[in-house]
Amino acid sequence: MSSKILKFTLNGEPVEIAVSPEDMLVDVLRDKLELTGTKKGCGKGECGACTIIMDGEAVNSCLVPAMKAMSASVETIEGIGGPEKFHPVQETFMGLGAIQCGFCTPGMIMSSKALLDKTTSPTSQEIKKALAGNICRCTGYVKIEEAVMAAAEKMREKQ
Amino acid sequence: MLQDYLFPETISEAVSFLKSNEGQARIIAGGTDLLLDIPEGKIKTSCLVDITRIPELSKITLEDGVISIGAAVTHNQAANSELIQEKAAALAQAASCVGSYQIRNSATVIGNVCNAQPAADTAVALVALGAVAEIANPGGTEYVPVEKMYAGVGKSTIDSASQLVTRVSFPAAQKKQGTAFVRLHQRKALALPMLNVAAMVALEGGKFLWARIAMAPVGPGPVRALSAEEILKGAEVTPEVIEKAAQSALEQANPRSSALRGSKEYRTSVLPVLVRRALEQAVANAGSSCK
Repeated sequence: MSSKILKFTLNGEPVEIAVSPEDMLVDVLRDKLELTGTKKGCGKGECGACTIIMDGEAVNSCLVPAMKAMSASVETIEGIGGPEKFHPVQETFMGLGAIQCGFCTPGMIMSSKALLDKTTSPTSQEIKKALAGNICRCTGYVKIEEAVMAAAEKMREKQ
Repeated sequence: MLQDYLFPETISEAVSFLKSNEGQARIIAGGTDLLLDIPEGKIKTSCLVDITRIPELSKITLEDGVISIGAAVTHNQAANSELIQEKAAALAQAASCVGSYQIRNSATVIGNVCNAQPAADTAVALVALGAVAEIANPGGTEYVPVEKMYAGVGKSTIDSASQLVTRVSFPAAQKKQGTAFVRLHQRKALALPMLNVAAMVALEGGKFLWARIAMAPVGPGPVRALSAEEILKGAEVTPEVIEKAAQSALEQANPRSSALRGSKEYRTSVLPVLVRRALEQAVANAGSSCK
């Protein structure tokens, strides 16, 4: 199998890694770069658990060939915040109980962040549209929507 | 097995990559369908030629009243384009219905057409808009109406191992012209259509100058409601005329029964309702009403 050198920016840091043309970005992130925060659910672009942000847009990393990340800027859940300093949307998901088992959460948060990067005054409809590709099988979506709204408010306050 | 992944910088480079690989290479744009078909063995290829970094293919342009959409334009880019929303509302609406937000950020409009699913939302809209595809062949450029790009169910006339659709073009809606897209689905998101209909109308003095209606899935690809179009031509813009045209749409429709997305009987009953709504909305989009 021929391998290619993939160069891209991952969570603000330059990365250089050998990949196969067959590799999907989700597998490179999880298995080669050991960033397992991004989850692989259906592998078919239907559940949204693998959502990452590439060049500012939320995409399903299970349907993105790793090679498509060439020269791109990729953000994963690990890059947007952590215990030292959480992103507002991470804080509100925790604070408002928008989590049950947590498997869908990284994808939900990345879709939410992509939306909030574009607007900090989203309508309920815009939130639903942005999150329609992220499936939660534990519970409903009400708390999740509330958490995104609350995060938007926090971000507005900081502006 | 995939051995290579290439990023051509120009259209001619893309086509020559295909040619030099003699059928073993294939075009990839968004890849959201292709990357499911490759592991399943439905498509065999050893090299992917990624066209999304060819600058001219990322553009949506308006020139001399003609809108063109490049092969790398995603569903979200089309849906969010003010030009498309204003001058080709049916396409903006159709593009916003496909898959999920993430899918629409990757998947391209032209990919949707080339994947040739019978009810590909943007293909239905493009047929109603009278769109023509520009195709780069090894021997030169060819122009084919989107309506003629279906070779069968799930089969495109385009061979992505030798050809590249570079853009689709259609006339921007002018004054007193309107377009609309309506869709019936089981969920509001991430659902394939049970039925979808797109219409474009041109009005003058309270009459239809002409209308173009595309409906799906009632055949291998988007099907023109030719009887309805004939009824509308020159007719008064009234609810009665629209209803009569909507009923006649069944003459060209041959829906199949789907275990998931409606029986033949159900689709047959509902189709005229969707055609009527599409026409009403297209008339409204043209700045008129059917009173």
